[in-house]
Amino acid sequence: MPFNIYDFTSFTQWIDKSLYDSCTPFWAMIWEMSIIGVVFLAFYAVVGLYLVYAERKICGFIQCRVGPNRVGPYGFFQTIADLIKLLMKELIYIKNADKVLFNIAPFIVIITSFLAIAAIPFAKGLHAIDFDIGVFYLMAVSSMGVIGLLLAGWSSNNKYSLIGAMRSGAQIVSYELSVGLSLVTIVVLAGTMQLSQIVELQRDGWFIFKGHIPAFIAFIIFITAGIAETNRGPFDLAEAESELTAGYHTEYSGIKFAFFFLAEYMNMFIIASIAATVFWGGWMPLHFPGLENFNHFMDFIPPFIWYIGKTAVIIFIMMWFKWTFPRLRIDQLLNLEWKYLLPINLFNVLLMAFIVLKGWELF
Amino acid sequence: MNAESLIVFFIVAMVLVGGAISFSYFVAPTSRNAQKAESYECGIPTKGITWLQFNVGYYLFAILFLVFEVETVFVFPWAVVMKDLGMVAFIEILIFFFILILGLLYAWKKHALIWE
Repeated sequence: MPFNIYDFTSFTQWIDKSLYDSCTPFWAMIWEMSIIGVVFLAFYAVVGLYLVYAERKICGFIQCRVGPNRVGPYGFFQTIADLIKLLMKELIYIKNADKVLFNIAPFIVIITSFLAIAAIPFAKGLHAIDFDIGVFYLMAVSSMGVIGLLLAGWSSNNKYSLIGAMRSGAQIVSYELSVGLSLVTIVVLAGTMQLSQIVELQRDGWFIFKGHIPAFIAFIIFITAGIAETNRGPFDLAEAESELTAGYHTEYSGIKFAFFFLAEYMNMFIIASIAATVFWGGWMPLHFPGLENFNHFMDFIPPFIWYIGKTAVIIFIMMWFKWTFPRLRIDQLLNLEWKYLLPINLFNVLLMAFIVLKGWELF
Repeated sequence: MNAESLIVFFIVAMVLVGGAISFSYFVAPTSRNAQKAESYECGIPTKGITWLQFNVGYYLFAILFLVFEVETVFVFPWAVVMKDLGMVAFIEILIFFFILILGLLYAWKKHALIWE
């Protein structure tokens, strides 16, 4: 079994080959798909649960509390206990709700976030699908979640839900532009949308260093817009506990509520993954041209660790934002996007195009 | 894996949600009563209909969004070939963005960006 922690290409090819050798192509395909399905399902569940745990711990840390510490060592099994509790909770029947849409909404939010992780490169040779339009696909799929939120809010037939959904609709569609344009900035620099190639191009320096000023601006805009897109604080107007109880998922109970919660955390993970991949080089170790020993030393850390580390740092920044900044008003929120981020972003794309044209990128 | 295998992800996500919800239906207790089935509004009964017409502000932002989102879709292919085309592509996008920014300034001037 050719297992190499630094390069998964041979390993995945070996699985592929041994499956096709041992049974007919049809069954081999079915097996392969089931393996991928189960692996991603497990990954999805573990990441979702432990992000909730991480958030509670970090929130506790920022607010000078301990956070969960009863279930297991350091409260490590707290979220698993929560999940079991939510599974055992009653699914409350709402008389006035639009039944079909009310039940479809959790499916949509989960499906869109699950589809998005299909395109993320986790390590060398370790991605489910390597699209040649990877960046575009991620942007498209991750913005589809808003349909689920709108359906949930509208079908609940509850005023809090409706206001929450409308706010999140206006917010997500507005910030979608900034996410798109800040990714365009990097696509101009990279000249490709394929995520594996984008990572490969960052072998001699991450794009955030390579594209100096415009790439850095794009990164900041991407993180801001990404937080807004995932409906997290300080942009969590869609939930706004103090005004709307819980926003679009006010009427949801039990496991259906849990799915909205899970989808929020997974969207955060996806945004952090995109940021890590596009700006910080994904699984590519930290390299600087000319520092051979340093680069060689960095290569010893496995790519998967690099990827997880970068994503974790960005997720930590996002949580840090949530627990330190006060919530914006909706007019401030839309002002920020349309009067600041969007014009800055348009000029930023032009600036990056000019730099690429002149060949002024670093390294 | 090729793009068709996205169907796997679709099915797995469906199974995840569907499975968990149906499992919950089996294990979770249910007791229905008229009060519980009401919409939640901090303890008082809901007044009037909920599905009413909504603030026009959302509509303006939706239209602006549409313009700029379609623009982003156009810009992506440009971004990929920008390096190869060089100066021509840069001049073209300059004109394209100039028109867009004019549009944005017009909307700004017309107070379409002010939330009320």
